[in-house]
Amino acid sequence: METIVADVAIVGAGGAGLRAAIALAEADPKLRIALISKVYPMRSHTCAAEGGAAGVIKPGDSLDMHFDDTVSGGDWLSDQDCVEYFVKEAPGELLQLEHWGCPWNREADGSVAVRSFGGMKKQRTWFAADKSGFHILHTLFQTSLRFPSIVRFDEYYVLDLLLDEGRCRGLTAMEMRSGLIRQFNAGAVIVAGGGAGRMFPFTTNGAIKTGDGMALAYRAGVPLKDMEFVQYHPTGLPNTGSLLTEACRGEGGVLLNRNGRRYLQDYGMGPETEPGKPQLKTMELGPRDRLSQAYWHELQKGNTVSTRWGECVLLDMRHLGERKINERLPLVRELAISYLGVDIVTDPVPVRPVVHYMMGGIATDTRAATPLPGLFAAGECACVSLNGANRLGSNSLVELLVFGKRAAGSAIEYIRDLPAAGTAALTARAQESQARIRELFSRTDGIESMSGLRREMTDTMEKNVGIYRDQAGLQQAVDTLGQLRRRYRKVMLSDRSNVFNTDLFQVLELGCMLDCAEALTVGALARRESRGAHQRLDWAKRDDDHYLRHSMVHYRGSGAPRVDYQDVVITRSPPGLRDYSGGHQ
Amino acid sequence: MNERMVQLEVLRYDPQVDDEPHFQHYEVPCKEEWVVLDALNAIKESIDPTLNYRWSCHMAVCGSCGMMINGEPRLSCHAFLRGFAGVIRVEPLAHFPIERDLVTVADDFIDKLKRVKPYLIPGEPRPIGAGEYLQTPAQLMKYRHFSMCINCMLCYAACPQYALQPLFLGPAAITLAHRYNLDSRDGGREQRQQVIATDEGVWECSFVGACSEVCPKAVDPAAALQQVKVASTLDWFREHLLPGSAT
Ligand SMILES: Cc1cc2nc3c(=O)[nH]c(=O)nc-3n(C[C@H](O)[C@H](O)[C@H](O)COP(=O)(O)OP(=O)(O)OC[C@H]3O[C@@H](n4cnc5c(N)ncnc54)[C@H](O)[C@@H]3O)c2cc1C
Ligand code: SF4
Repeated sequence: METIVADVAIVGAGGAGLRAAIALAEADPKLRIALISKVYPMRSHTCAAEGGAAGVIKPGDSLDMHFDDTVSGGDWLSDQDCVEYFVKEAPGELLQLEHWGCPWNREADGSVAVRSFGGMKKQRTWFAADKSGFHILHTLFQTSLRFPSIVRFDEYYVLDLLLDEGRCRGLTAMEMRSGLIRQFNAGAVIVAGGGAGRMFPFTTNGAIKTGDGMALAYRAGVPLKDMEFVQYHPTGLPNTGSLLTEACRGEGGVLLNRNGRRYLQDYGMGPETEPGKPQLKTMELGPRDRLSQAYWHELQKGNTVSTRWGECVLLDMRHLGERKINERLPLVRELAISYLGVDIVTDPVPVRPVVHYMMGGIATDTRAATPLPGLFAAGECACVSLNGANRLGSNSLVELLVFGKRAAGSAIEYIRDLPAAGTAALTARAQESQARIRELFSRTDGIESMSGLRREMTDTMEKNVGIYRDQAGLQQAVDTLGQLRRRYRKVMLSDRSNVFNTDLFQVLELGCMLDCAEALTVGALARRESRGAHQRLDWAKRDDDHYLRHSMVHYRGSGAPRVDYQDVVITRSPPGLRDYSGGHQ
Repeated sequence: MNERMVQLEVLRYDPQVDDEPHFQHYEVPCKEEWVVLDALNAIKESIDPTLNYRWSCHMAVCGSCGMMINGEPRLSCHAFLRGFAGVIRVEPLAHFPIERDLVTVADDFIDKLKRVKPYLIPGEPRPIGAGEYLQTPAQLMKYRHFSMCINCMLCYAACPQYALQPLFLGPAAITLAHRYNLDSRDGGREQRQQVIATDEGVWECSFVGACSEVCPKAVDPAAALQQVKVASTLDWFREHLLPGSAT
């Protein structure tokens, strides 16, 4: 097996991975950086983010206000030291992107423009039309080309982390073009593998978001934190799940039920505001968890609109006018026309909540370090406890930057006095990893199909682990997922070629998703309260006495995972009431 | 919802077993509003798991799923089945080597992107503490549509010049260089010009505009090439014919 030696290896070349790579290269040009990704960097799902990135820059706004919005938006499950660090670093990171060429929208005087976003009390979301993530990703990718020390391994699929004497010392990855497995020996590893929305059948997440990064760390003994918090975005296209960005509402779009009523006022987010004149932090600019939950209640009451794509509510943007729509929401118009045949200029568009973002992930602290020495994580795969129980839109793109950079800094510090690795031990671990793949190729007693198992998993998640959950449904999901994990050991490859074998990668991705799905469901079953995006019909109240804590799910091989808890860090904001009444309550 | 059977002829090639590519016929039930990518996914899920292609976002922004559909370079996530009658022929993007099935080798394109120095080379360096560079909406509009390129490589598959002259930097790479050249914050044009003006292809480009026609993001690479050529010619005149005005 060929061995590649690096000082730092990065898994994933989306926003978080690229930001980490650039920070490493800038800090010390002599560092050997291996940037490994299963897709070309610009294909990473950061490209799909539309709305924008939050950072305090305008007069009248303050870091404290960004802090308060984030902590209350997260229903007090955020670690407040982390939020403090984040809001302080955010503006500098966004400016850094500006200096690297990101085409942010501008005010007439040439300064950066900001827009409104759900749950934010002030306008502080920087945007590049409705292609913000796309521009951030391309700006980072293109900037990374300046640095010869960033050596990319594009279309390499990372298989396992390599551990020796309690430290993470590298990884194995398969070159997708040849099927050859390579061993990467590295002083430190940064996992930036993105989210896991593909566990669910209806999601805004691209095909690559299969939780690989989370599973890598989890199997290596790092707990997954707060996995039960899954964000549903309230406005997805009902057929493809494509997202209509929150900026639709930020610019003044309104949500209507079948009677034409702006039903959000019936769920503690009223009174009604004037259409086209959105008010921050109320009605359509309430937080995502509340909006998605309101849809669920409308559905129970029979107030939704039946369409050929299922039950929907209506997102009405007609009053914004064609000019504003073209200037601010061109991608939204294009998406709705081409995938649904609806022009938002002339008609309201049917939408429904769609799985969007994982608040939980690899347990990290504010240094982006995991409990496993040598392993760092950033981006959506990590749970640094910024987002708590519900992420505010436009905090995540900034999280990639702030903690991608932080992971790089922490990794550099860590490798400074690192004792040499036992290379023989690492090679032995790498061979075990290779043997795992060989076994899959040579398996003759396989009876399960990848697509069959995957469908059962996504059906279970949708049915039992959705917007509202209860004991019976969750217990059933835990049981089913346990069985699916057992049956997975008998999955059969249909394709045994070594060249770009996507059947193989789908099988490996399914294994990752099953592990993540089980951790999520076990966490959800154990959390007997309702907080943010985790809503239990049988435990309808928030319970700070017992659950103002992070759930930590530990991997136990083929056995059921174990859950324990870690306290939330509170510095200055004691748990309070989330108020989205526009000051009326 | 309406379903109909759709016939596809898909190019198959596995270098480990096939001497040359061949077509495979599939018949798959499809919903009316599906795109070609949905049909491929249905084949992979229920008929033939050994079929290989790249895709991710299903919203025409990641640039992964470019292929030849009935002979034209298209994003398969944006090629609606309702636009086709009869058998749909699906092949890998033209002008690139085939890696496997519909997957092409993209190395050449990736190398070319890097060669044009597609990053901001500040005209006047500015510390972060000094805040943003001011850029008016009008200045932004000068380059914005050239910054929309998703690197899908459709324009390379359409470009007759790239077919003849593989050394040609090609539409997207040149457009990207031009995008930074037009950015009011940038001062790197001369460095990029050294790469572009010495490129054989720019001068050979016949401006048939095939690149702009197939571009799914209305980037208009043909316009970028035209502007680059005019600007380069002006440079040449300044340097060679009007020595007094070179400064
Ligand atoms: C449609 C949509 C719109 C959004 N809009 C916004 C918004 O407006 N504002 C906001 O703040 N957030 C938004 N988000 C959320 C935000 O975009 C994501 O959370 C963020 O982009 C994730 O970035 P990342 O770097 O963590 O992961 P990604 O960009 O997903 O990158 C993951 C990387 O990991 C690699 N990888 C994964 N597994 C492996 C493996 N096994 N081997 C090798 N490499 C691997 C992939 O190749 C990829 O390079 C949006 C999300 C979606 C889906
Ligand atoms: S210029 Fe257009 S066709 Fe060419 S790569 Fe970019 S987006 Fe694709």
